[in-house]
Amino acid sequence: MFTTFDFLQIIIFVGLLIGLTPIMGNYMYKVFTGEKHLMSAPLGWFERLTYKLVGVNSTEETNWKSYAFGLLLFNLIGFLFVFLLQLTQAFLPLNPTNLPNVSWHSAFNTAASFMTNTNWQGYSGETTMSYLVQMLALTVQNFVSAATGIAVLIALARGLSRKTTDKLGNFWVDLTRSTLYVLLPLSILLAVIFVSQGVIQNFDTYQTAHTLQGAQQVIPMGPVASQESIKLLGTNGGGFFNSNSSHPFENPTPLSNLLQMLAIFLIPAGLTFMYGKMVGSKRHGWTIFTVMLILFFAGLAISLYGEYSANPIFGHSALMEGKETRFGITHSVLYSVVTTDASCGAVNAMHDSLSPLAGMVAMVNMMLGEVIFGGVGAGLYGMVVFIILTVFIAGLMVGRTPEYLGKKVERFEVTMAIIANVITSFSILLFTAWAATSALGLSSLNNAGPHGFSEILYAFDSGTGNNGSAFAGLNANTVFYNLTIGFAMLIGRFGVIIPILAIAGSMAKKKITPVSAGTFQTNNWLFIALLIGVILIVGGLTYFPALSLGPIVEHLLMNNGITF
Amino acid sequence: MKTLSIALKIFLVFTILTGVVYPLLVTGIAQVVFPRQANGSLILKDNNLIGSELIGQKFNSTIYFSSRPSAIENNPLPSGGSNYGLTNAKLKAQVIERKNKFIAFNQLDKNMEVPSEMLFASASGLDPHISPEAADLQINRIAKARNFSNIQKQKLKTLVEEMSEAPQLMCLGESRVNVLLLNIALDKLK
Repeated sequence: MFTTFDFLQIIIFVGLLIGLTPIMGNYMYKVFTGEKHLMSAPLGWFERLTYKLVGVNSTEETNWKSYAFGLLLFNLIGFLFVFLLQLTQAFLPLNPTNLPNVSWHSAFNTAASFMTNTNWQGYSGETTMSYLVQMLALTVQNFVSAATGIAVLIALARGLSRKTTDKLGNFWVDLTRSTLYVLLPLSILLAVIFVSQGVIQNFDTYQTAHTLQGAQQVIPMGPVASQESIKLLGTNGGGFFNSNSSHPFENPTPLSNLLQMLAIFLIPAGLTFMYGKMVGSKRHGWTIFTVMLILFFAGLAISLYGEYSANPIFGHSALMEGKETRFGITHSVLYSVVTTDASCGAVNAMHDSLSPLAGMVAMVNMMLGEVIFGGVGAGLYGMVVFIILTVFIAGLMVGRTPEYLGKKVERFEVTMAIIANVITSFSILLFTAWAATSALGLSSLNNAGPHGFSEILYAFDSGTGNNGSAFAGLNANTVFYNLTIGFAMLIGRFGVIIPILAIAGSMAKKKITPVSAGTFQTNNWLFIALLIGVILIVGGLTYFPALSLGPIVEHLLMNNGITF
Repeated sequence: MKTLSIALKIFLVFTILTGVVYPLLVTGIAQVVFPRQANGSLILKDNNLIGSELIGQKFNSTIYFSSRPSAIENNPLPSGGSNYGLTNAKLKAQVIERKNKFIAFNQLDKNMEVPSEMLFASASGLDPHISPEAADLQINRIAKARNFSNIQKQKLKTLVEEMSEAPQLMCLGESRVNVLLLNIALDKLK
């Protein structure tokens, strides 16, 4: 039964989110515009030292191509490092359980996964990765992949707010500030709070317990809390353990659960406020926030309906398969919506065992391009793609050259926006079609019938959307899936980042047209309605046939009591 | 070339900062401020490790409160759920079997509704909790198996009540009982 108590839990979460948004937004505004802020005194020296050590002139700005080149090169180095460390972990220190080297295809997949901020995990952390790899490879990527996303958004905001220049900023400065001032202090704070709730943080070997009933139980250990906090703040989602945030050592209490959900949305929500301020219209920032919040509530309502409706197969509702007692149905469903809205991908319940409708909402959230708050930076720049399409369509309707924030939207920007949009659909649908029609793809399924198809669709959706959550019954640790999902993640990340930076570069060069009576407003309810329409039609409708074959037909069959 | 040199050096700086300094700093703070939690909330009895308060153990004996079904038999390497979809016939068969077993094991009325968490496997396979209702349903069976007097049985009822946790901060999550802690207390009950 969905009670007022459940409703209250949702209100608490949303209330805190709305309250924290301007605080985070103002702070990040100061950080990225170079104003004095809370952390300048304690950490400013480190920023200056970093520039000195690596030889960066922090006042030097570059055009979009150099910005993109630096970004790609930095990501490539990260990729190679993660890849190689996994292939050699058996020979390296901090491997108390003597785990062997990782296979090449799994290492490729994981390297692509953590570099692209996806954190899809084909492996089980506790039986695959040494503490050294968890820290030195994975935790580092959790930080820098998130910082990369923020950097792209900052460059885009500059491109839109500047005029007649080709300079977008300095990638190294944006990267450093994101990591040092935004991600690091919050991660330390949150990690310590997590430990207070019971998340572990040590370097011990796995402990063997003799249970009350006389059996043996090996209890895994490790530096979990430090990875946990950045996993959420950076919308990474890669768990220390196989069962991710449902593991009691990752997410031990309802309070830790609430904080995890807030941590996922905190930076993406704050960025909408910061963006509004940077482009000179706080109201526009709140408009984007409102669109995201409406889409969030729509998904949540459908998910809750799916979970709390009576299930004819089992004769009652509120099924606890793949859910933890301390979270119950509401906190599990809320988490599943939050983590797929943002491209986080941490899970506190097994999405494979969600009701078909709740599973579908998770998929749709990712298919829309991860723009409902979305990944740090990535969510908002993805949203700007939809905004460009919206003003373009609105411009066509009234027969006027479309403008966004005083800049004319022309052929180049629309082309780039379409590329960013279509390339992800191609990746999701074509890879799914391939896997669903080949023995290589089908042999990994854990469920039969339409749910089996959903497992495949979810995998490529999650990979391309850089989400990383899974219908985890699918055995994805095979050469086929490690490679295909690996490429899906790369396409979904850089197939969007590069067009976005191109848009930023082209917008920066334009003049700003003064607002006139004929200007299409981007901060009112009409715009909100249009933008939601474009997101659902352009972003969502592409996938309707695929969804019909998976969760929709499964829902109908389930209501007739049919099993496979 | 200049870009490559910057990229390499800055990657090194961040690797040291976020991959070494950061986890060590958090470990340092955690070990000083919350050492028990940081080390796994472990439970020792006469210097022997019997488990972690947070990691559910398998209980199927008549003298203990049963824990939730686990797709991994409570063996944490690796953790995980069944990942069965709701239209999976195997799940349906499992649930019918678990229901009949729970009712027979606890000598309950055949038509009663068994709490959902006792029929379905948890997400982590290590769920340390069950609902207070599920614990209540097991009291008669345990009292019988332990040859408890009526007074002792009453004490057991009180124990379950005492050990039930309300939603955290009155407003978060669900009511629950930690099965391992409850069973340890049960062993001490006189």
